[in-house]
Amino acid sequence: MSEETTQLILPKHEDLVVSSSPHIQVKDSVTAIMFKVILAMVPAMAAGIYFFGLNALWVILYCTIFCVGAEVLWCLLAKKDVWKNIRDCSALVTGILLALNLSAATPWWVCLIGAFLAIWLGKQIFGGIGYNPFNPALVARVGLLIALPGIMTTWVPTRQMVDDVRLAAADKQYCISSDFFTAEDNKNIIENKEIEALTCATPLGVISTAEKSSELCGSSQSFVKVDNVNAYKDYFFGNIGGCLGETSVLALLIGGLLLLIWKLINWRIPVFFVGTVFIITGAINYFYPGLTPTPIFHILTGGLMLGAFFMATDMVTSPMTNSGAIVFAIGCGVITSAIRIWGNYPEGVSFSILFMNALVPFIDKFCTRRVFGAVKAQKEAK
Amino acid sequence: MSTKNYSTGTFQGGIHPSYDGKDLSKDSVVAVAPLYEKYEVALQQNIGKAPKLIVAVGDDVKKGQKIAEADGFVSVPLHSPTSGVVEAITQIPGPMGAPVNAVVIKSDMRDEWGELPEGLDWHNADAATLKQRIADAGIVGMGGAAFPSVVKLSPPPEKKITALVINGAECEPYLTADHRLMLESPERVLTGAAIMGKILGVENIYIGVELNKKDAIDMLLAHAEKYNIKIVGLKVQYPQGAEKQLIYAVTDRKVPAGGLPMDAGVVVQNTATCAAVADAVIEGKPLIDRVTTITGEAVKNPGNWRLKIGTPIREAIKLAGGTTDDVRKVILGGPMMGFAQKSLDVTIQKNSSGILIFPESKIAQYQSSPCIRCGRCLQGCPMKLNPALLGRLIENEKFELARDNHVMDCMECGSCAFICPAHRPLVQHMRRAKAEIRNMKK
Repeated sequence: MSEETTQLILPKHEDLVVSSSPHIQVKDSVTAIMFKVILAMVPAMAAGIYFFGLNALWVILYCTIFCVGAEVLWCLLAKKDVWKNIRDCSALVTGILLALNLSAATPWWVCLIGAFLAIWLGKQIFGGIGYNPFNPALVARVGLLIALPGIMTTWVPTRQMVDDVRLAAADKQYCISSDFFTAEDNKNIIENKEIEALTCATPLGVISTAEKSSELCGSSQSFVKVDNVNAYKDYFFGNIGGCLGETSVLALLIGGLLLLIWKLINWRIPVFFVGTVFIITGAINYFYPGLTPTPIFHILTGGLMLGAFFMATDMVTSPMTNSGAIVFAIGCGVITSAIRIWGNYPEGVSFSILFMNALVPFIDKFCTRRVFGAVKAQKEAK
Repeated sequence: MSTKNYSTGTFQGGIHPSYDGKDLSKDSVVAVAPLYEKYEVALQQNIGKAPKLIVAVGDDVKKGQKIAEADGFVSVPLHSPTSGVVEAITQIPGPMGAPVNAVVIKSDMRDEWGELPEGLDWHNADAATLKQRIADAGIVGMGGAAFPSVVKLSPPPEKKITALVINGAECEPYLTADHRLMLESPERVLTGAAIMGKILGVENIYIGVELNKKDAIDMLLAHAEKYNIKIVGLKVQYPQGAEKQLIYAVTDRKVPAGGLPMDAGVVVQNTATCAAVADAVIEGKPLIDRVTTITGEAVKNPGNWRLKIGTPIREAIKLAGGTTDDVRKVILGGPMMGFAQKSLDVTIQKNSSGILIFPESKIAQYQSSPCIRCGRCLQGCPMKLNPALLGRLIENEKFELARDNHVMDCMECGSCAFICPAHRPLVQHMRRAKAEIRNMKK
């Protein structure tokens, strides 16, 4: 037709790419996943800063910067492409997770050591992302706990706890928070000493001390002071001593819900982990109330929620099949309960996850799925 | 909305692209391509043996005239797509990259049919006659496999067939050829299905259609009653149309691993194949053209066209208005399992369901980054394999271990590579392993 002035364009031979199918893919990426995980940790970070003050923010910043720095240094030393290894942002995630596992009073040099433990020992020596068998943040936390037990068990009170004690003392009343302070600390509070100089115990720490000091094998009387409905409110919202990320169950649940909505974690892990702890501690508490506090106390304290939603669910170090995830989570729950009830440490979540991490290759090997259409092989008589 | 008088079904696993590209062409009525001067018809358009040429250079041919006859049981004859003269017998670029033998027909621009066999009254014809008609028409699986249809309709006597499942899923994104066929010629599809049901002697005939083609489902339902064919609505999930998954979704039967549908008492055929069967039996017409979707974000006027076999894809792309100037991939087939092309001289074959033209922004880029063990590939694999493990094994060249982990059951559907956030080239790994394992067996 004479009106056709536009030329018909055809693909140019030299522009055409020939490569394997599939020719389309999701827009997702490892970096995008890491970003979403960081977003899910924002509530917990915010709660930590709200309750423990700016010190918490410093710890978060130190851990993140040192983790990224440790990864850059490793890449330079090992002659790996720095940007390719940094851009997946996994070092950022490890840094934040490490910070959430530390007390707000952690000095910067402890963060530095922790960062190198996490990135170098926990991840890079195994080959980098995807190859590490253990959760890097937990490797760092446990490493620090064993090397620097004093610093790692120094907990800072929340501002609200301190205010509660001051108010209660003024009114000559009892308040729950005072159970977490030593007598000397109580005195310091009433004398309006700086909050930075104060230390406190965690709920599980109080339980552990009560167990050790009691005549019988612990007594439910000594638990009730910290294991009661009023206390649960504090544990749920985060007005309690402990790691800056583990104390606010509410913030962690919000983050956990985000992770579930964005399909970043397998729901079976937190459900079966927390569920197992609840059932085991519930059973023991029912039959031997002096041995351990109530199951509600257990699931609200000690970083169980942090571990169940953010640490045990780490993709690289958890099983790939659903059945494997259930076995893994139940194992974590059993070990956590065992350490808390009978072990020497007040807290068992970190150890249980690391232990189960070690078993993941084993779990993956045996918890496999049957190929579609596979017929069960008849066992022949030998 | 009509009352739902169809059942629904699905399989476990699979993936679902957030954008399926079908809106580009699903409302385009099938247009017939104009007559071209030359058709370069590939000789082998079927699995099995290539047919034997029975014409020579210089011979006059009529439209529908047999130009090659079947060589053995697993082979089909080839017919001229138009009237004209045999200009050459040569090699042309093939869709898999290697050159293929082809017959070049120069059209006399008259497009005249030759002598066709009489139409049959299929209600009264016996199975053997019907099968012969299908064999003579050169019909192969038009969904992509190109397996000789008459072979599928002749299972060994020990395999009792109790169901015929017609694949109207069209699960590949961007493709809409089968959709338009079901919408515009439901009678041909249903008749073809009924004819094949008669050949197999089955009473249970199903057509599985994905639920994103509600209009096609309604159209088929409106006509299906007199044929006693059941329509099954399928969840929109890729690869819903994969044989084993389709059989499971429609009939709840599982084809044993390593087996064929007949091991589960089922035969599967594509909707376009049904229409071709109807044409062959009722009008005596051989298979010389098919509906192809020409689409993609880089083509100007995406749509569906009826193209004769032997049409160069260069001409087909011109039909769709040409492209933008940033084309990166030309794909024959669908985006998940199709083949990327380098030469526009490749020609349409009996199983060319789609021509996709993609710009740079739409094509997948794969990297050998580490597996982060997220497990999404396991959730996506319709065969319930572990692509993450297989990928790692194959990267480390542990092919025996890969075989032990069932890599030979992989159907290369691409679900794993599609969903992998690390963009690992998983399908390439599987293909490599399968080639190595086959070499080991020799």
